[in-house]
Amino acid sequence: MVQPLNYLRETASQTAGLYVHIGLIPKQVGFDIFENQLGETMVTPQTKGERITIEGRVFDATGTPLCDVLLEIWQANAEGRYNHPEDNQDKPVDPDFRGWGRIGSHFDTGVYRFETIKPGVVRGRNARAMAPHINFWIVARGINIGLNTRMYFSDETEANAKDPVLNLIELKKRRQTLIADRQERDGEVVYTFDIHLQGDQETVFFDI
Amino acid sequence: MEPKGEYYQLDRLLHPPALAPNYKTDVTRSYKYALLSLQNSLSEMTGPVFGHNELGPLDNDLIRNYAKDGDPIGQRIIVHGRVLDENGRPVPNTLLEFWQANAGGRYRHEKDTYLAPIDPNFGGCGRTLTNEDGYYFFRTIKSGSYPRRNFVNNWRPADIHFSIFGPAFAQRLIAQMYFEGDPLIWSCPIVRAIPDDEAIRALIVPLDMNATVPLDCRAYKFDIVLRGRRSTMFENRLEGN
Ligand SMILES: [Fe+2]
Repeated sequence: MVQPLNYLRETASQTAGLYVHIGLIPKQVGFDIFENQLGETMVTPQTKGERITIEGRVFDATGTPLCDVLLEIWQANAEGRYNHPEDNQDKPVDPDFRGWGRIGSHFDTGVYRFETIKPGVVRGRNARAMAPHINFWIVARGINIGLNTRMYFSDETEANAKDPVLNLIELKKRRQTLIADRQERDGEVVYTFDIHLQGDQETVFFDI
Repeated sequence: MEPKGEYYQLDRLLHPPALAPNYKTDVTRSYKYALLSLQNSLSEMTGPVFGHNELGPLDNDLIRNYAKDGDPIGQRIIVHGRVLDENGRPVPNTLLEFWQANAGGRYRHEKDTYLAPIDPNFGGCGRTLTNEDGYYFFRTIKSGSYPRRNFVNNWRPADIHFSIFGPAFAQRLIAQMYFEGDPLIWSCPIVRAIPDDEAIRALIVPLDMNATVPLDCRAYKFDIVLRGRRSTMFENRLEGN
């Protein structure tokens, strides 16, 4: 026998299930139980930074979009600073930007959409700059443990080429699965970020 | 605030794998490529912070938060416990959200077609923040079990779904709790997607007589454990030069 380490063990993940909406985004299933739905609005008129829309769909192995998926995003502000007490970079917090959003895909089309701002560069490990990116967390029925990935920006070619995380992906063509395509639509900036859970175009997911 | 240490790796042998084929929906929704192992950066070690002013006074009382003309049908219960990390430290001021079926096993959700009736006085969702000691509680009615098509004849055990944040986005978790004595737990493919029996038992909550309110409401205790983190000794690689 040796001394016990006495760590507690993690609580096991379980699928968010078919009815995740009533817990996390009840407005989508038509009931107004809370005064505010957390994560619904990310940006106010006072928020600093370039307004962008992120939209896309999450596809299964058959190429069918998931109409019951829930996505959360977590991002830095326009200066590249997270609104969190442990971010000790020498950059200002934007009091009008939490940096977190939550949405369900549309019940018929499977499209999800976030209205947010484009984040700045964040200091990475060993002080290497990370290209602007948005962290995604994806849950749904049939997903036993939340999927983590990142979205990068197609107009950041130079920063993306040096990004320490993108460069960890050995198969270079798979890096493209994390880069959202920028377009202008009616004067608005829209990034399209489709996520593939399985198949030839499978998105790179992270063990963070 | 100075940065604290990195988070211990997620225990992939404890959590369910992406593909547990008896849970049929997994088959087309599970990744096939290996996950990319990523050490923590600020992006993983930070996460959203929530305040008490964002919640309403009845948000943690599912008996009252959707009541129209009376109390919901069912057994009144309190669910309480602490949110801790693997080091046993409390996780204070963190957001917990929960949702569940009513006493008959029916969710207030347009996709739920089970024949048990909707309860006009029960919404089935709530939320709260842990206090400084990581403690939380809410009041609700005991949920009922409900059928699923994972097998021809398969029933989910009575469950309550939980969403938990923790200070870091890397700790983001969705779990479910089950009730002591429910014979449906071990035949549920969603439960059995967890490969570790001890981890399954940690989702089964005991009746807690000490927390019961006499003549009013029984209590169940559910402690939740999120990933812990290293101390910062001999470790400044996050910072670099
Ligand atoms: Fe359930």
